Amino acid sequence: MSMITDVSAFALPATIAAILIVGILRKVSLYDAFTEGAKEGFTTSVNLIPHLVAMMVAVSVFRSSGALQLFIHAIAPLLHFIHFPAELVPLALLRPISGSGSLALVTDLFKHVGPDSFLGRVASTMQGSTDTTLYVLTVYYGSVGIRNPRYSVKVGLLSDLVSVFASLWAASMMFGK
Amino acid sequence: MNYIWFGLFMSGMLVAALTGRIHTVTEGVLTGAKDGVLISFGLISIIAFWLGIMKIAEEAGVVQLLAKWLRPLAKWLYPSVPSDHPAMGSLIANMSANILGLGNAATPLGLKAMQELQSLNGDSTAASDAMCTLLAMNTASLTLIPATMIGLRMEFHSKAPGDIIGSTILATFIATGAAIILDRFYRHTEKIRCRRRKRG
Repeated sequence: MSMITDVSAFALPATIAAILIVGILRKVSLYDAFTEGAKEGFTTSVNLIPHLVAMMVAVSVFRSSGALQLFIHAIAPLLHFIHFPAELVPLALLRPISGSGSLALVTDLFKHVGPDSFLGRVASTMQGSTDTTLYVLTVYYGSVGIRNPRYSVKVGLLSDLVSVFASLWAASMMFGK
Repeated sequence: MNYIWFGLFMSGMLVAALTGRIHTVTEGVLTGAKDGVLISFGLISIIAFWLGIMKIAEEAGVVQLLAKWLRPLAKWLYPSVPSDHPAMGSLIANMSANILGLGNAATPLGLKAMQELQSLNGDSTAASDAMCTLLAMNTASLTLIPATMIGLRMEFHSKAPGDIIGSTILATFIATGAAIILDRFYRHTEKIRCRRRKRG
């Protein structure tokens, strides 16, 4: 397992170093390119605000009212057999449908159990390892007027299901329960 | 989307009203809105930094560099696309941009690939085999650096914000592998079903 831990430690610095080296070799004006990209990052984050406010408000009401706890208690017995943490079910359900919605759920989870808890790490992995399936399907097929997606929806949602269990497994392997 | 938003709100209000704690709804709205803004602002740091680095990668032609290595894989993934067709170039570029986590660049490249695949598809309204594979690859989305998650973990004072990179890479590889297998599996079963229907 130390190998995967090493990957975690080295991935970011190694990627940055590799990009900077290729950049300087190819005579990219590094500083200008960086600031230009960073400017885009600012607008990206600002554009996120309305979506995240909308979803955080809904998620926050859902939790503070006790509805989330009720939901978790209701489904916990069903999930006991497959050893899947009930706290992660809302995230697993919302991940394929809404990127900002699932980001709001992860934020909410971090707030209550912390990012370094087991649940926090599984949630991080679930959120990071896949994309918002229904959004991608809509944008891609919509752009060229495809109305019959054939088995794409099935494949997208089933691979999301695989991703949920793979995240749980990968995090248990690396961090233990 | 509308129903989910409505559902979260309404079930929250209903539970709060039934348990006589309607004040929690107001609290929930206020803290939720505040968190939404604070988190988005907090994410500016890492997203700005990451997109800055990614801009350098883009201008340095890292996408094209990676594309060279991915060509054999792409030929195997998209057997129905002629390897010298422009669609192949866009498919490979989209895959490289996804792997590098260049979300902003991946989508336009993917849409370009869709257009070129659509011309191969004879402008049908049904998805072609290659389109289904492209969608399977993009919904599973192979990612190497989950930058937003690292940023969010930083904001919540994680002791090791990057320690989920390893588990994310593991999970993303498994999910993408599954997507490729499922795509092939359903294409195969669909063909068998078609053949049966023709005979029967």
